[in-house]
Amino acid sequence: MAILVDKSTRVVVQGITGKEGAFHAARCKEYGTQVVGGVTPGKGGTTHEGFPVWNTVAEAVAKEGANCALIFVPPVAAADAIMEAAAAGVPLVICITEGIPVGDMVRAKHFLASTKSRLIGPNCPGVITPGQAKIGIMPGHIHKAGDVGVLSRSGTLTYEVVGQLSARNIGQSTCVGIGGDPVNGTNFVDVLRLFNDDPGTRAIMMIGEIGGTAEEDAAAYIKSSVKKPVVGFICGQTAPPGRRMGHAGAIIAGGKGTAAEKMAALQNAGVTVVKSPADMGATVAKVIGK
Amino acid sequence: MKIHEYQAKALLREFGVAVPKGEVADTPAQAREIAQRLGGKVVVKAQVHAGGRGKAGGIKVADGPAAAEQAASQILGMMLKTPQTPPEGIKVRKVLVEEASEIERELYLSITLDRSRSTDVVMASQAGGMDIEEVAAKTPDKILREWTHPALGVADFQARRIAFGLGLAGEQFKQAATLIRRLHTLYLAKDCSLAEINPLVVTKDGRVFALDAKLNFDDNALYRHKDLAELRDIHEEDPLDVEASKYSLNYIKLDGNVGCMVNGAGLAMATMDIVKLAGGEPANFLDVGGGASPEQIENAFRILSSDPSVKAVFINVFGGILRVDRLAEGIIAAVKKLGLKLPVVLRAEGTNVEQGKKMLADSGLALTMATDMADGAAKAVAFAKKGAR
Repeated sequence: MAILVDKSTRVVVQGITGKEGAFHAARCKEYGTQVVGGVTPGKGGTTHEGFPVWNTVAEAVAKEGANCALIFVPPVAAADAIMEAAAAGVPLVICITEGIPVGDMVRAKHFLASTKSRLIGPNCPGVITPGQAKIGIMPGHIHKAGDVGVLSRSGTLTYEVVGQLSARNIGQSTCVGIGGDPVNGTNFVDVLRLFNDDPGTRAIMMIGEIGGTAEEDAAAYIKSSVKKPVVGFICGQTAPPGRRMGHAGAIIAGGKGTAAEKMAALQNAGVTVVKSPADMGATVAKVIGK
Repeated sequence: MKIHEYQAKALLREFGVAVPKGEVADTPAQAREIAQRLGGKVVVKAQVHAGGRGKAGGIKVADGPAAAEQAASQILGMMLKTPQTPPEGIKVRKVLVEEASEIERELYLSITLDRSRSTDVVMASQAGGMDIEEVAAKTPDKILREWTHPALGVADFQARRIAFGLGLAGEQFKQAATLIRRLHTLYLAKDCSLAEINPLVVTKDGRVFALDAKLNFDDNALYRHKDLAELRDIHEEDPLDVEASKYSLNYIKLDGNVGCMVNGAGLAMATMDIVKLAGGEPANFLDVGGGASPEQIENAFRILSSDPSVKAVFINVFGGILRVDRLAEGIIAAVKKLGLKLPVVLRAEGTNVEQGKKMLADSGLALTMATDMADGAAKAVAFAKKGAR
């Protein structure tokens, strides 16, 4: 079992004729993901590196039954691409694009609320269910199928924890990167709920970072509803206030959003909080008795 | 991106938001001329990207042109030190000379993103001129909030609710409601991340206007605002930050001596954290990005090692899109050009790691290899401590 994506997921790649889109569409397919083709407006009817290209997402849905959109469209048009996928009835939209203006995302998120689509990201590595489907830009080979669910706001830090887990022979049920932007589609609470309900997930590793209150919301949800052990790490313990640490969302503003507050909230919710990023894998091992 | 008060006020004026009459000056003589044009009492205000200017001596009231010239000569060129500036202060290069007004009330007004609701929030308070964060912490009920609709903006009734909540009536009420809606129009049109009017004032002669103004913009949206991009003042930024931004590198200078080069913002923050846990202090945050080219790596390495306080470099890379062989190529190129004057500890994992490590081994560079993050941090901190002695 897994959450969000599996062997049956049929992926359409928006922005497939771009460099990133073409490269990663091929890597996802190699991993075993069902990539049915791509969309680039104006290039419909052609093929690109073996993938059929359509003008609209709706065509990909009608012709190939695409039920997941993976977006590599540049920031200028990415919010629009998200809305197009949702309007075409694609239930799962995963947006990798980094650098989308916040105002565009505010409008896109409002639009999504009137659809049934779930958005993961933007500015995220994507979602992988090891051994079944890789829908994103993460290096597939470091993952291993198993029963620890991983969720994170960061990309490479997720690879780090996955590397630590796989090295200890601890596999992952699904790894979800929710992205580092201030306005994103799916938050920690949504993914925690899915992991909590997933019989294939035994424990959860959650990686948060400074800025916003998503980790505090997650802590409240864990306390009230999550029955499985959760290990948490918050990066940015040494970040100075008022400076944006790479991710648009990673900023301590108005004395709020510090790592210390988030770690305390998680601890209070019964989460095993790791202080050092080097100890994430070992702590999960201890928690699940491995 | 931040801009100066005088630039923010010019934008407010353009959008019909009331501001005091005033002009910007580079020299005391210009300040005198402006004061002459304005007539009467004026205020001379230092233009730097930091708050707390008044207490630091960066704002002076002057009775007339001669006094304005004198005030400007005191402020221009000074190193203004406030709690928001670096310890050495920021050099004042411009002053804003404005008409002085008889103030009856000071209010607070701002618009920013509410992340938890994924839309903008208008905040207002009768406690203007004060640190709003303090007001929010101590008396949260004194802050009025209205959440905007992504497509409709601030509705009339919301603007009215705020204006009434601020205790305004009659003509001032109308002026304030209009001002709030226009400020939001500006916020949307220019992709602001913050529009703050503190204080918003009511004068004794019944006018409502923005006495101070702070506008911050979404960096990701600057591509569609060429006019705003030109307002950037690189004097207000750290020179190394400016240099890094030329190569699209996310670099922030910090106070320690362990230089960090990492791919990905989360891993970069975690690397800073582990350096600290190992007993050291990070010299910087540096995210070379997911798909850094060898050229970017080379420049990142150069910028990092040009910080004189750096005594050791810790490169921590988990190759995903950024392949370790490309990283190796960049490092080798950088060292060939710049020489290897500092101890460098490398920890690399992920895509093409074997190939990358082989390239580095073949290059003969005296890098110290680390087995994992903790090992790398410990080694880099040990080198930095040795170098600092």
